[in-house]
Amino acid sequence: MYDFTAMTDSINKYLNVNFSPFWAGLIAMILLGVTILTFYSVLGLYLVYAERKICARMQNRVGPNRVGPMGLFQTVADLIKLLLKELIYIRNADALLFNIAPFIVIAASIMAIGAIPFAKGLQAIDLNIGVLYVLAISSLGVIGILIAGWASNSKYSVIGAMRSGAQIISYELSVGLALLCIITYAGSMQLSEIIASQKDGWWIFKGHIPALIAFVIFLIAGTAETNRGPFDLAEAESELTAGFHTEYSGIKFAFFFLAEYMNMFIIAAIATTLFLGGWLPFHLFQWDGFNRVMDFIPPVFWFFGKTALVIYLMMWFKWTFPRLRIDQLLTLEWKYLLPINLMNLVMIAFLTLMQWHF
Amino acid sequence: MKEILVDIDLKEKEEYIINIGPQHPSTHGVLRLETCLQGEEVKYIIPHCGYIHRGIEKMSEKLTYPQLLHLTDRMDYLSAHINNEAVALCVENAMEVQVSERVKYIRTILAELSRVASHQLWWAAFGMDLGALTTFFYGLRDREKILDIFEESTGSRLIQSFITPGGLMSDIHPNFQKRVKDFIKYFRTKLPEYDDLLTGNVIFRERTQGIGILSKEDAIDYGVTGPSGRGSGFHCDIRKIAPYSAYPLVEFNEITFAEGDTYHRYLVRMKEMWESLNIIEQLIDNIPQGEIMLNLKAIKAPKGDYYQRVETARGELGVYIVSDGGPSPARIKYRSPNFSNLFVLNKISAGHKIADLVAISGSLDLVIPDIDR
Repeated sequence: MYDFTAMTDSINKYLNVNFSPFWAGLIAMILLGVTILTFYSVLGLYLVYAERKICARMQNRVGPNRVGPMGLFQTVADLIKLLLKELIYIRNADALLFNIAPFIVIAASIMAIGAIPFAKGLQAIDLNIGVLYVLAISSLGVIGILIAGWASNSKYSVIGAMRSGAQIISYELSVGLALLCIITYAGSMQLSEIIASQKDGWWIFKGHIPALIAFVIFLIAGTAETNRGPFDLAEAESELTAGFHTEYSGIKFAFFFLAEYMNMFIIAAIATTLFLGGWLPFHLFQWDGFNRVMDFIPPVFWFFGKTALVIYLMMWFKWTFPRLRIDQLLTLEWKYLLPINLMNLVMIAFLTLMQWHF
Repeated sequence: MKEILVDIDLKEKEEYIINIGPQHPSTHGVLRLETCLQGEEVKYIIPHCGYIHRGIEKMSEKLTYPQLLHLTDRMDYLSAHINNEAVALCVENAMEVQVSERVKYIRTILAELSRVASHQLWWAAFGMDLGALTTFFYGLRDREKILDIFEESTGSRLIQSFITPGGLMSDIHPNFQKRVKDFIKYFRTKLPEYDDLLTGNVIFRERTQGIGILSKEDAIDYGVTGPSGRGSGFHCDIRKIAPYSAYPLVEFNEITFAEGDTYHRYLVRMKEMWESLNIIEQLIDNIPQGEIMLNLKAIKAPKGDYYQRVETARGELGVYIVSDGGPSPARIKYRSPNFSNLFVLNKISAGHKIADLVAISGSLDLVIPDIDR
């Protein structure tokens, strides 16, 4: 039920039959590109809307409620405003790098979206090293942030970029190790394989406590990686006004802004795929009736439901925690998360070797 | 001051100078902190004030006492009632008149309410300085209740000019007592919520404990008063040292801590809110009857010098009036708490990170118009 493989295969077959391999590939690429870009922008806008509504709820406010029903089009209006805004060019800024930085940031997050499995068959590329690919691509964004900070010719921006560089490079380790735990369990780096390995139970349940630890560490490190929440030192508005994007305006600022939200989505989507069973429905023991009802809900809903849950968690601690200081941030990573993570990995390797996981 | 001068010589060399302010989210006004950084670390700070200097003291020389009162609201706008009270008390002392008990009670209640309101706003903004954005809305939500009470009785929310030499502008609203009692009951349930959100948070404690330590000696040397001074163990509460209005009649504790770090400056203010509620509770049911305004023919201070100090939400406010017997002062000088509190910033934040600088300046609770006047 709800298998998209047939649909994607038939499109693929149609293209291959009617066009030469070169044109078929090109058309497939264009189709995918348009789909992903549309999906990206719509999702980005509604994540911004969701965050504004959720934080409003936490702060005794109403949130956007004027444009459209329940303010649903508020972020669209904001985007139009940002599109029409004047782009400010800064004297003595490095024009080429200054202009290219937001594109690097946003391109990195768009590329990562391509590897995420939304449902069975609904995945742009199913690489055999999918996890590695997503990790590598999503950390490319930091190059854009560093360039933005450097090219702006602003002291606040440089400090912000410097912080962001230190932060992302450190937390990359924790993200990688936390994911390695699940790779050890599943025995594969291919995202579809990892999902398939969770057919009889999600890793967070059947991976014992180590999987839970890995999940928590992944959430913390993932939040740090997206420059959000208590780890938003790169922006730190009360210290650095806006950090690395202080000097950006209009649509270039919007690129940074959208990329931040999409990075959050990517982290949540990876957490869903690796720990929470991806698009697989929730099954309980051998209760066939219950399981069949769960099967009836389409996998896309399962995927987005779980992702939304993780995103809600990340928003929750963004809006209730104070910000860490840079040295505390690095202490947390190098002195606590990394050693715990390494021990956790050893434990998981042992469990996998003994076949003690369910 | 000597250290600052030495540091200015260093400035000649290539240093990473960053101007925090005059427009910056965490200076809470038009204050410019010329900050020298070494990486993330603050080497020294030179505060530049004067961006919102309005010449209140000079202007006051042309105004009569009831008129110049309205300018005092604009100094420390978060404790407007207390500023009014300082001038009113000074002029009353000069004229050697006594206001009725009713006026004293109402003045004290209003002063304590504005202290609570001021601390609420400070708590809200302090959380925001540290990156916890939700505190801002919690603080403002509860402050709104006090402002509503003010609005009902005084006709104005922020700068009331309600307490004048000789009494009060008008009597309190009939609802005043009931609403204040309701507020006390309401806010006692909300204060633990403040602690849940911020005080108990691990990140918050890590960010504030042991940061920006101000020793008692330094507090006295620099004249740091108010909650910032009391956080260092400096007994400087004017309400205890030189009680005025209805303070001799009430029982309350002066909150002091010996530690002197950012966290304890924070705790002083959190505990002061409880104390202020206690003070109001002792007075609110016992407001005696009496006249609201003394029947004074003319408000003129006799020739001479007069000084009065009061405890505002930020520290000791002194009013020094030199009178030549006319209806307006020959010279007036305000000893504002924020001016003294600001200049200790270099001393206590040098060597800390730039994020700590924001936390420390937040914990000093600066109101910039009070610095410049």
